[in-house]
Amino acid sequence: MTNKTKEKKPTRRDFLYITTAVFGATGAAAVAWPLIDQLNPDASVSALSSVETDISSIPEGGSLKIAWRGKPVFIRRRTKEEIEIAEKEDNENLPDPQNDADRVKNKEWLVVVGVCTHLGCIPIADKGDFGGWFCPCHGSHYDISGRIRKGPAPTNLEVPPYEFVNENIIKIG
Amino acid sequence: MNHDYEYTPGNAFTKWLDKRLPLIRFADENLLSFPTPRNLNYFWTFGFILTLCLVTQIITGIVLAMHYTPHVLMAFDSIEHIMRDVNYGWLIRYIHANGASMFFLAVFIHMFRGLYYGSYKEPREILWILGVVIFLLMIITAFMGYVLVWGQMSFWGATVITNLVGAIPLVGESILTLLLGGFSVDNPTLNRFFSLHYLLPFVIFGVVILHIWALHVTGNNNPTGISVKNTNDTISFHPYYTVKDLFAYVVFLLMFAYFIFYNPNILGHPDNYIEADAMVTPAHIVPEWYLLPFYAILRAVPDKLMGVLLMFGSIVVLFFLPWLDTMKVKSARYRPTYKIFYFTFLLTCFLLGYLGGQAPEGLYLFLSRVCTIYYFAFFLVVMPILSRYEKPSPMPIGISNSAINTDLGTDKNPALSINN
Ligand code: HEM
Ligand code: FES
Repeated sequence: MTNKTKEKKPTRRDFLYITTAVFGATGAAAVAWPLIDQLNPDASVSALSSVETDISSIPEGGSLKIAWRGKPVFIRRRTKEEIEIAEKEDNENLPDPQNDADRVKNKEWLVVVGVCTHLGCIPIADKGDFGGWFCPCHGSHYDISGRIRKGPAPTNLEVPPYEFVNENIIKIG
Repeated sequence: MNHDYEYTPGNAFTKWLDKRLPLIRFADENLLSFPTPRNLNYFWTFGFILTLCLVTQIITGIVLAMHYTPHVLMAFDSIEHIMRDVNYGWLIRYIHANGASMFFLAVFIHMFRGLYYGSYKEPREILWILGVVIFLLMIITAFMGYVLVWGQMSFWGATVITNLVGAIPLVGESILTLLLGGFSVDNPTLNRFFSLHYLLPFVIFGVVILHIWALHVTGNNNPTGISVKNTNDTISFHPYYTVKDLFAYVVFLLMFAYFIFYNPNILGHPDNYIEADAMVTPAHIVPEWYLLPFYAILRAVPDKLMGVLLMFGSIVVLFFLPWLDTMKVKSARYRPTYKIFYFTFLLTCFLLGYLGGQAPEGLYLFLSRVCTIYYFAFFLVVMPILSRYEKPSPMPIGISNSAINTDLGTDKNPALSINN
C-alpha cells in the first residue's frame, strides 16, 4: 500500500476478489454434487421395494427367510412359550429397551430384517444364549423377539415395514 | 547431502539434452551417485523390494482387468475363466493374489525397521507420514481387490468392513448407502470397487514418488541412527546398494515363487472359492492375514463405535510417532529399555494377528483386550515416558568413527567399533 498511515478500507478490488471466490466456490459445489450423488442408489435399486410371500406353510416354531432389498428377512411363527418368554423378558436389563409388543403386529409372527446390527452378517436361528439368534461374526446374541442381549451389536434387529395382506400372505416393504 | 561429485554429460547429445531436460542428471543424482550411509543392513533393502512389488501388482493387475468382468452375475465366473481359459491366466492371477501378500509382508518389515531404528524422527517426519499414507492406501486397495473375486469371503468381508462406516453417529447410515450405492453390497458396489481398485495403485505410485523425494532431501537413516557427517560415512548408491538391493530382491522372489508355484492358495481362504451368496453368512469370517491384527482390535471391544474408532486409531496413531517419541537417540541399538518394549510390541502384533483369526470368545477375547491395550500403551505411554527417562547406552561418535560419545553414555566400554 502506498499510504501506510491510512487505515485499510475495503476497496473495489477486495469486493471483486470476494465475489469471484464466492462464485467460484458455488460453481465448484454445483459440479461436485452430481459427482457425489451419482454414488447414491440409482432408480433401479430404489425401485425394488416390496415383496409378497405366502406364510401359510410355516409351522409353529418354524421360520422362513426371504430376500428383500438384497437382504434377508426372517419371518418366524412363534410358539406360545416363546411369546411368553419374550414378554416376560421385557423387564430384563435390555441394551436397547423395547417391549415385545412394540415389535410385532401379531404376537404369533415376528418379522425382522435378518441383518446383524453390528456389521451386517446374517445371524443363525436357534443359536446363542437367549433362544433367538446368534451372529457368528463377532458374537452377538439376540432373543426370541430379535432384541440384542449380549455382544457388540448396538441395537435390536430391525423390524421392516410390513402388513398382512390376508391370512396367508404377508407383504414386506 | 554433500556432493563432491557432479554429473558431467559425456557426449554432444547428452550435453544438448542436459540443457533442455536434465533427465540423466536427475537419474544420476538420485539413483546412481546418491550418497548413502556405508553401514546399511538388509533391512534397508525393503524399500526397493516394495517398489518392485507395486510395479508387479500394476502390471499383473492391468492384464487381469483385460479378462475380468465387474458384474455380480459374471465376476466369479470370469475369475474362473482367467484361471482355466486365459493363457497363463492362472500364473498372472496367482502372482497378483500372492503379490498382495508379499507386498504387505515387505511393508510390515519396512515399517518395523523404521520403528526399531527411529527412522521417523526429526528430520524424517514427513517421510514417515507419507509412508503411513501409502500403507493406508494399500489397505484400501487390497480390500477392494479382494472384493472383486466375488466369493463368499469377498462379499461378507465387504459387508462387514463397509458397515464399519455405519458406526459413525448421525451421518453413518447415509454415508454407508453412498459408499455401497444401495442398501447392501451389490452390483453398484462391485463396479465402483473395480474402478477404485484400478485407480488407487496409481495414486500410491504418486505418493511413493513424494516418499522417495522426501528421502532424498534428508538422506537415509542408518542402523546407528547417527547422522552422516562427511563423505567418509557414505558410499554411492550404485553399484554398492543396487547390487545389495537386487540380491535381496532375488531372495525375496524365491520365497514369492514358492507361494506362486507350490502353495498358491495357502494364504487365501477356501470359502472364497464359493460364489457370493447374500443370504448365507459363512460360519467364520476372516479377512486376509495382513489385516488380522486390526480385525482383532476391532473385535476386542464390545461396543460398535469404540471398536471402529480403536481400529482406525491403531493406524492413525502412527502419524503422531515423531511427536510421541522425542528421544534424541534414534536407534534402538543404544536404547536398552526401548528395545525390550519394542520386541514386546512386535510380539503383541503377531499375537493380535493370531487372535484376529480366532473366535472372539473366552481366553481369545481376553488376550485380544490385553494386546489392544499394550498396542496403544506402547505408543501413548511407553514412548513419551522413555523419551524423558531412558538412559541411552554409549554410542560411537560417527558412522565410521568408533570413538565413544561420552556425552550420552556411561563409561562402560562395550565393543562398538564399526569399520576402520
Ligand atoms: C497396490 C497394488 C495392488 C494391490 C495391493 C492389489 C491387491 C489385490 C488383491 C488382494 C486381489 C484379490 C486377489 C485374489 O484373491 O484373487 C486383487 C484382485 C484384482 N486386482 Fe489388484 N491389487 C493392486 C493393483 C491392481 C491394479 C493396478 C489393477 C488393474 C490395473 C488390479 C486389478 C485387479 C483385478 C482385475 C482383480 C480381480 C482378479 C483376481 O482376483 O485375480 N490390481 N488385487
Ligand atoms: S456382524 Fe454380527 S456380531 Fe458383528
